[in-house]
Amino acid sequence: MNAANGTPDHAATTAPVPVTQIKPARGWVSLELGRVWRYRELLFFLTWRDVKVRYKQTVLGAAWAIIQPLFMMVVFTIVFGRLAKLPSEGIPYPLMTYTALVPWTFFASGITKSSESLVGGANLLKKVYFPRLVMPISNVFSGLVDFALAFVVLIGMLVYYGYYPTVNMVFLPLFLLLALVTSLGVGLWLSAMNVQFRDIKYAVPFLVQFWMYSSPVAFSKSIVPENWRVVYALNPMVGVLTGFRWALLESGSPPGLEILVSCCVAIALLVSGAFYFRRMEKSFADVV
Amino acid sequence: MSEISIRADSLGKQYRIGAVLKSYPTLRDSLVRAVAAPFVKARKLLSGQAYGAAGLDETIWALKDISFEVDKGEVIGIIGRNGAGKSTLLKLLTQITLPTEGTAEIHGRVGSLLEVGTGFHPELTGRENIYLNGAILGMHNTEVRGKFDDIVEFAELEKFIDTPVKHYSSGMYTRLAFAVAAHLDTEVLLVDEVLAVGDIAFQRKCLGKMHDVTESEGRTVLFVSHNMASIQSLCNRVLLLRGGRKIEMGPTKEVVGAYMMEQEQAAAVPLNERTDREGSGEIRLRDVHVTNLDPDSPTALYCGAPVRFDLRYEKTGRLGDYSFHIGVHDTFGVHVCHFSTRVTGCMWGDLGGGGTVSCTVPRLPLPEGRYRLEVAVLGEHRVIDRVYDALIIDIQVADFYGSGDMSSQSYAKCLVDHSWELDKDGAAG
Repeated sequence: MNAANGTPDHAATTAPVPVTQIKPARGWVSLELGRVWRYRELLFFLTWRDVKVRYKQTVLGAAWAIIQPLFMMVVFTIVFGRLAKLPSEGIPYPLMTYTALVPWTFFASGITKSSESLVGGANLLKKVYFPRLVMPISNVFSGLVDFALAFVVLIGMLVYYGYYPTVNMVFLPLFLLLALVTSLGVGLWLSAMNVQFRDIKYAVPFLVQFWMYSSPVAFSKSIVPENWRVVYALNPMVGVLTGFRWALLESGSPPGLEILVSCCVAIALLVSGAFYFRRMEKSFADVV
Repeated sequence: MSEISIRADSLGKQYRIGAVLKSYPTLRDSLVRAVAAPFVKARKLLSGQAYGAAGLDETIWALKDISFEVDKGEVIGIIGRNGAGKSTLLKLLTQITLPTEGTAEIHGRVGSLLEVGTGFHPELTGRENIYLNGAILGMHNTEVRGKFDDIVEFAELEKFIDTPVKHYSSGMYTRLAFAVAAHLDTEVLLVDEVLAVGDIAFQRKCLGKMHDVTESEGRTVLFVSHNMASIQSLCNRVLLLRGGRKIEMGPTKEVVGAYMMEQEQAAAVPLNERTDREGSGEIRLRDVHVTNLDPDSPTALYCGAPVRFDLRYEKTGRLGDYSFHIGVHDTFGVHVCHFSTRVTGCMWGDLGGGGTVSCTVPRLPLPEGRYRLEVAVLGEHRVIDRVYDALIIDIQVADFYGSGDMSSQSYAKCLVDHSWELDKDGAAG
């Protein structure tokens, strides 16, 4: 804000040394994704650390990545499939829920961990400079390893139930990307808010539960009336879950409109989350 | 012709006191405050306070109007009492936090060493932590790989490099952390008080390394320390801060001298009236007093004298765990010894509303010279009340060992009772 820019960067013209300008920032600021890119190695190492450390000193180790969705599948199959007798459109109930539980678990652990990332990494935040975006991003990325493990089990189940890959499977990475974008978008909002308001810590488990039961994880989206489905897809996880089921279990044309709606919402979440995060970033080290 | 390395132009950093003291506002608090704020302000206005004053009492300037220039290759020491803004200045220059006003520019890559071992993960091995820490400090993977052997050798940890660092001793931990940072070859390096930890030999090695680097590679270093001895051995110029303002910047000797004078002046103020204290304040130390228990010489203090330190306190708030501490520093800021209720396992439970705690030292183990006392009441992981330079004491020379030879006592930082025995080989009779 001061008039210190009177002198041009004469040093920058004589030598190729980078010049860091430090000045106050107000209001909305640019995302500076270039900086995040320059710190991609740190992003890699933080992700790697997360993966490496996650199941240290546990007896079951990485098996936890599979146990969680598998047990949820059993519960959902008994409660919703057997007792409540919800429809599953001819798909075996365990397979239908597990197909949704794999991306859901990725999403849920992504938002849970990224929402804690800044507060948990407060020590780092206060002592070293790097683009703060790296922290929640690495937390979401590290969930991909768990996803891969759970997905291997999913492949086994598909073979067991006699479902073989169709061309639809080509779109699977797109749906995974959609889950990632949604997770990151929500994670950015929550992590930045958590710095200011520790209420977020208590709200997140509740939010995850609430979100899961309002998404077609334990049941098929077919119980939602046809003309409400597009509205239902405003929940971006609806797009992810129906996408996964369509790509792996169903044939025929994709639920295109619903997925498009979900994509738009997810992107909006990510972009707004990133800007909100950047806006709050300048005060992180002071407040956390 | 010297090149500019760092230029700061009236940098200032303002903190909201609310944000500093109450670090976890809840959403509800925030909503309540947002709704109440206009009413609070209105009430303050109505009660006769100026609008500006009503706003002012909620913020403090941790740093204000700081301008300076540093040439390439200079080693600058930053000194000042606690709360003078030293760490805040480094945080601004490293971009950890942004200034409220003013600008600064830094030419060259900036490396910072604000706390050793930041980002170390206890479950990872030394090797893994070197790569991780390197990345956190902004080094490239290839760079770390190239220097890996040097780092391990510098840290003297060849044998334990594949052991998780949670099994390291704190000395090993510090050595590893510093070794990584010492190999950071940025053009500008900002160092905060990291040398206060670790053993003396390793401190020397680190100082030597920093010295080499600045001499040969023309690196600019900004160095915060309480230790005047290391400031004097490392720095060309020194920046003295007080209460967030720049007091002086100049040749090391002059500024350090001025700073030491300032500390002695502070110690002349009675403890009760000192305002430069830290801590949450459930207990306030009101007075510190040293008595020589030797009836022959009740006023003067000398080596080996039996002394009693009395701390008068006042308790105003509820209190959990507490412990009393007296730290003895020499004039260079080197921590010589420490008396504490924690290390002696002393707990009294309820302290009442006030009183005096006394600490008796049967034989004062300090050589002749001037010492500064730091007095503190600490809770578990927090400061309740602490004042540096609470009192200055002069210790007179005396025959500590009772041998008549007092000349060699001053070679040591402290004096220890000891005895010798001789057992000659083959001395059968």
